[in-house]
Amino acid sequence: MNVFRTRPEALAQAASRRWFFGECGVGLAGIAAGSLLSAEARAASSLSRPLAVKQPHFAPKATRVVYLFQAGAPSQLELFDPKPELSKSDGKLPPADLLKGYRAAFINPNSALLGPKYQFQKYGTCGMEMSELLPYTGKIADDICLIRSMQTDAVNHAPAQILMNTGSQQFGRPSFGAWTLYGLGSEASDLPGFVVLTSAKGTSGGTSNYGAGFLPTLYGGIPLRSGGDPILYLSNPKGIDRDTQRASLDTLSRLNDLSFKNVGDPEITARIQSYEMAYKLQASAPELMNLADEPKEVLARYGIDDPTKAGFARNCLLARRLLERGVRFVQLFHEAWDQHGNLTKAIKANAIDTDQASAALVTDLKERGLLDDTIVVWGGEFGRTPMVQEGNDGRDHHNRAFTMWLAGGGIKRGHVHGATDDFGFNPVADTVHVHDLNATLLHLLGFDHTKLTYRSQGRDYRLTDVHGSLVQGILR
Amino acid sequence: MALSNRLKRTLQGAVLGLAGAGQGFAAGPDFQRDIQPLLSEHCGHCHGVDPETRQADLRLDIRQNALEGGESGTAAIVAGKPDASELVRRIVSEDPDEIMPPPHEKKPLAPQQIDLLKQWIAAGAAYQPHWAFIAPQKSSLPTEGGQHPIDAFVRSRLVREGLQPSPPADPAALCRRLHLDLIGLPPSPEQVAAFGRSGYEKTVDALLASERFGEKWSRHWLDLARYSDTNGYEKDFRREMWTWRDWVIAAINRDMPYDQFVVEQIAGDLLPDATQEQIVATGFLRNSMINEEGAIIAEEFRMVEMFDRIDCLGKAVLGLTTQCAQCHTHKFDPLTHDEYYGMFAFLNNTYEARSYVYTPEQRGVIDDVRRQLAAVDEQVRQQQPGWQQELAAWEQEAAAGLVPWMPVEMKEMSSKNMLTHPTQLPDKTILMLGHWDKEMIFESQPDLRGATGLQFEALVHGDLFMHGPGREGAWGVEELKVSAKKPGEETWGPLKLMNATADFSGSQRMETKPASKDGKEVEKKISHGPVANLIDGDDDSAWETDRGHIVRHQPSVAVVQFEKPIDLPEGTVLKVVVRMAGSDTMRMLACCRVSLTTAHAPAAPAIDHAAILAMRTPKERRLPADEAALFAAWRRTVEELQPVNDQTAALWRKMPQAPTTVLHMAERPHAQHRKTHLLDRGAWNLPLREIAPHVPASLHPFPADAPRNRLGFARWLVDPRSPLTARVAVNRIWQTLFGAGLVETSDDFGTRSPVPDYREMLDWLAVDFTERGWSQKQMIKQIVMSQTYQQASQPTGQLLALDPANRLLARGPRFRVDAEVVRDIAMAVSGLLTHELGGPGVIPPVPQNVLNFNYAYPDFWKPAEGSQRYRRAVYLFRKRSMPDPVLGNFDAPNGDVSCARRLRSNTPLAALTGLNEPVFVEAARALAIRTIREGGADDASRAPYAFFLCTSRQPTDEEKKEMYRFLDAQRTRLAAGWMNAREVAAGEADAILNLPVSATPQDAAAWTLMARVLLNLDETVSKN
Repeated sequence: MNVFRTRPEALAQAASRRWFFGECGVGLAGIAAGSLLSAEARAASSLSRPLAVKQPHFAPKATRVVYLFQAGAPSQLELFDPKPELSKSDGKLPPADLLKGYRAAFINPNSALLGPKYQFQKYGTCGMEMSELLPYTGKIADDICLIRSMQTDAVNHAPAQILMNTGSQQFGRPSFGAWTLYGLGSEASDLPGFVVLTSAKGTSGGTSNYGAGFLPTLYGGIPLRSGGDPILYLSNPKGIDRDTQRASLDTLSRLNDLSFKNVGDPEITARIQSYEMAYKLQASAPELMNLADEPKEVLARYGIDDPTKAGFARNCLLARRLLERGVRFVQLFHEAWDQHGNLTKAIKANAIDTDQASAALVTDLKERGLLDDTIVVWGGEFGRTPMVQEGNDGRDHHNRAFTMWLAGGGIKRGHVHGATDDFGFNPVADTVHVHDLNATLLHLLGFDHTKLTYRSQGRDYRLTDVHGSLVQGILR
Repeated sequence: MALSNRLKRTLQGAVLGLAGAGQGFAAGPDFQRDIQPLLSEHCGHCHGVDPETRQADLRLDIRQNALEGGESGTAAIVAGKPDASELVRRIVSEDPDEIMPPPHEKKPLAPQQIDLLKQWIAAGAAYQPHWAFIAPQKSSLPTEGGQHPIDAFVRSRLVREGLQPSPPADPAALCRRLHLDLIGLPPSPEQVAAFGRSGYEKTVDALLASERFGEKWSRHWLDLARYSDTNGYEKDFRREMWTWRDWVIAAINRDMPYDQFVVEQIAGDLLPDATQEQIVATGFLRNSMINEEGAIIAEEFRMVEMFDRIDCLGKAVLGLTTQCAQCHTHKFDPLTHDEYYGMFAFLNNTYEARSYVYTPEQRGVIDDVRRQLAAVDEQVRQQQPGWQQELAAWEQEAAAGLVPWMPVEMKEMSSKNMLTHPTQLPDKTILMLGHWDKEMIFESQPDLRGATGLQFEALVHGDLFMHGPGREGAWGVEELKVSAKKPGEETWGPLKLMNATADFSGSQRMETKPASKDGKEVEKKISHGPVANLIDGDDDSAWETDRGHIVRHQPSVAVVQFEKPIDLPEGTVLKVVVRMAGSDTMRMLACCRVSLTTAHAPAAPAIDHAAILAMRTPKERRLPADEAALFAAWRRTVEELQPVNDQTAALWRKMPQAPTTVLHMAERPHAQHRKTHLLDRGAWNLPLREIAPHVPASLHPFPADAPRNRLGFARWLVDPRSPLTARVAVNRIWQTLFGAGLVETSDDFGTRSPVPDYREMLDWLAVDFTERGWSQKQMIKQIVMSQTYQQASQPTGQLLALDPANRLLARGPRFRVDAEVVRDIAMAVSGLLTHELGGPGVIPPVPQNVLNFNYAYPDFWKPAEGSQRYRRAVYLFRKRSMPDPVLGNFDAPNGDVSCARRLRSNTPLAALTGLNEPVFVEAARALAIRTIREGGADDASRAPYAFFLCTSRQPTDEEKKEMYRFLDAQRTRLAAGWMNAREVAAGEADAILNLPVSATPQDAAAWTLMARVLLNLDETVSKN
């Protein structure tokens, strides 16, 4: 069974016929055990299709998302937001009026300013200024939109991460990916619709960063893990080969089908299908994770020396493979950026780990014609203070201003949105709150963010809570 | 078919909330069922409860206001005259500026909905309060439906709908249904066989009396209580809460009345002579997540915990959504912003306490020791008839020697790595909660003129473990450094300290402090000993403060002198740096106070600081503990009482070491009363005005004579006059048995929840519940004794199409069991299950790549081996940021927030879990061996045996054929060498199998494969 075709058009074809977890009624005819099942089973199975493809409110600019979440919060002052004035004020105290009502997480806000540790330069024909630490991102400057005026409410990691990902500092809400899957359904053939890839260490927000919250659990992100089974319990127990597995599942399906004939509960057919999907996943997930068929040039572009080595670069390439296979939402979590100290060295190392692969993903998607209807998001949960922490080489959490970049469907290219004051402390123009960003991303996916709702406990909840306005300035 | 059309309409109506437009309602639509949901959904946001968002000063949720109209003075509704009603004119308008709801609200009314509103106004526009806010009453039972009240309600309804009830399920299915529902385990073949003999009711009674019952039914409450064994958030450290979980199991097993069950969990500590169990019970509200991230402000996240507690009570007890009112008045339900904080205020006057929990035997020892201690003191009083005068004289003399200390108010408080943000209380006590740190830095601008010494007190506080003063029992301080910065200067000048004294210093000892994990701190030797170590300039020597187990939880004091009286200009900043001990035996101090004096040569008297603090307390404000401290301190000064003092010390050493601790509630005393404020938009640091404890006006009144504290509130919640509490509890029992509640949104009975099809039945049962003393077991029995529960679950005829969700109950319940039960079934039928009631969480195996993705790697994660591995799933250790993948894949919630109902999904991840997860694989292997041993000599008898174990019924011929075919095929493949039998049967090619003599490894392998299929049958994991 050739489940995978790497040509996008072939994948699109496959996706239109059969959807993972989604189009049960249609999918059933095509699955291996389909012919074993009674006609009633096939009829009943079309009753509930929570992941069937759905139309958004209006024509979308993009239908997929790849979110490169930089957990720990990268310093915008070393990467994206040039502040020559801050260099000049190095060692001086910040102006008192700036600090009114301000709260950093660790430091006394009245700490000395710290000049940026790296030089900035102009990149691309648009002349976007970014750090010398980002030569590869520099090469895609003309493809991306930098938002230098991001703002958030939280100053501690876990609350800020879940705010960024679920629109609330309170736990229990669905993540952006879950909302997307709930709104659009899944088009992936034989793979989950919302996949999570992780590198470095575990995130502060934990599984809530990609959970389903109060939505049905099947909208939650499913981690594809490196080391061991990419999907939990994917491998058969020792001694059981694929033929035995097939025979076991055939018998299981037949017995379940006999039960269905007797009981008539459509849930039984859904269960039969879940086992068939599991069987396919046992082939599709390892195939997906195996980069042996990727040409050397491609690996080199992402900066992957060893295609089996786990890490951010490998995850970027996996993200492209997932998107090609129709996965709706891919989210990478790279928890590495919390530089309270050792800033100069650590941020450089982080940039080396992420710069090349992030840029390669954008370029790769562009060359394959996928960027036009994919949104790429790059950023963390907040920014870093212009003030120093720990001697002369660290920055604290800063929620007032930070930078993220976007690329892809419907998003301006080679554009800088928003600006901050001389110290990078506050936005001076076009502030973009987390809710505004999420409202805009949903807009690109074809949703009015105030109308994509789910009722829980009598209230119609939204990703943007009761906030959010469209950021027109970043839309093409 | 006319009848089924009517049914369809009703059902559709139930879903859309717009039923009953047909000719059956000559009197007009029913307000509660048809109109209120429309007004709430489409008009409520701007013309409802919340004045903040109200437009044109018009309310439509109150009849009088609707008739009078808003600021325009035009009547929105003219009763009986839809055409004269402004409301109707506006909802049918085609003018975009006129039409209601306004287009931007995106909530247009459908034509049928507009018709309903017109009919309702034509019929007189009668309002009724929302049904769930009126106390339930027992209506008379319908007569046509049968003897049992539930059947009477259900069958009379089915007659009206033209439906037939389903026949009774067959006995084996019923037996299995009862077992899964009541104890969460499948019946053994013997139990199925005995079911016919012992009869239905006896089986019900036996299952209700089983200890397994509490293990099953506690789980539903644990979901609501967001039970977990870790704190959540980034660090997600372990917590000890399992004694609370065991309290729930025990309470449910002994059928503690539900009202008492709620009261003890909210305010057990405030009951007269509260027992340890009643204090443990208050762990309920402490199940909130605790943030321990670096640099957090503890109060911010205490507020988040408070919000979570209200949310939990809303979902679990009141069936009301409360979250909206945290930030503003509820848009739909009558819960104002003020009322939210009114309820909050009842819970807010508490400490976040944590204490030891002792075994019953240990409590016996403690009682005994306490008795003996009292006897010793009594003996002293007898021996020294003049003790009162002696004590008073001693106290007077000691008090006269005390120097006045001026507590220092800090201007800046921070810590070396800025991980801890301390808080200073009005009495200048400094609390160090949140993340720990190595050195605390306190800066102040006190009046320094002539200061001769500094007092450093370690104090107790209700928010600390056993009241502190340490964060985790024993505590220590390595160094106290004081420096000053004159106005206008940049540098700190150290102030030389000398002559350290303390009320207590332990004897000299050495301790090896291991290197830190990150390698930043190398292994060190720390010397503990006299208080002089505080000022010896050596960071590796500490003041030994530990008085020993239990007695360490009392205040201590150290006093140091300045080399010479301070002569520094006004405005000089004083910096006190406290370097905390941090070793295996000494943890960080969590509560302290710094004071200054100008007295000559100040020193700490060798009197326990608790007694000094008592002396400084005016007599009329002293507590019994103060008196006891004074007595003990005096006793120790009397030379002839030395033997008695030795005896007392020896007795204290007999206090047992508790096996565990628990987080619980404790009330703040009057002097420490915490005020509650209404928070602007729910922001913890934006208090607007003080709010007194009060309850929502729309619910039953708070009794005038009840105390306005947590206990009064808890009792109010379970007042039989409550319109919600009993309904919510009964509905949840119904949900557990039928898969969906009579009110499907079991956490929300508010105006946006659909009116239940069987409202009268729910009300009848709710009243019955309270009349029968809130007995959950009796309510469960009531329900399972009905014919309605005992119906076969197979949908017949068109029933599936007509009523797919079984809202009308014309058939029995059928659904996949909960995650815990899925696992327990596999353990039970394979024979692996270990029965053991209670105890600490059992750590299940988790794949390494899951463990690796924790923010803080859980070093303690050592999966249980042997029989412990096969305990019931309710005992599995729950880590919030790493939800158990097995339970999670079967939709168990992770305990972040209160969960009233689980959604059931059907995913490949669950399929893979059942097929391949190690414990499930172990179950398949064990089931294979069990089948070979117990199931007869050949496949012909083994197949039906194993099938019966899993499903409690005999397989049909066709099913047997499938099994034989599979077994034969696998035997052939095994024989041909396609598989290694030992690998399949035991995981290793060289495994030794413990088989009956007649059986071969091929048998074990073939049966392992077969067992794996059977464990994954839909029927195995479903309640039929």
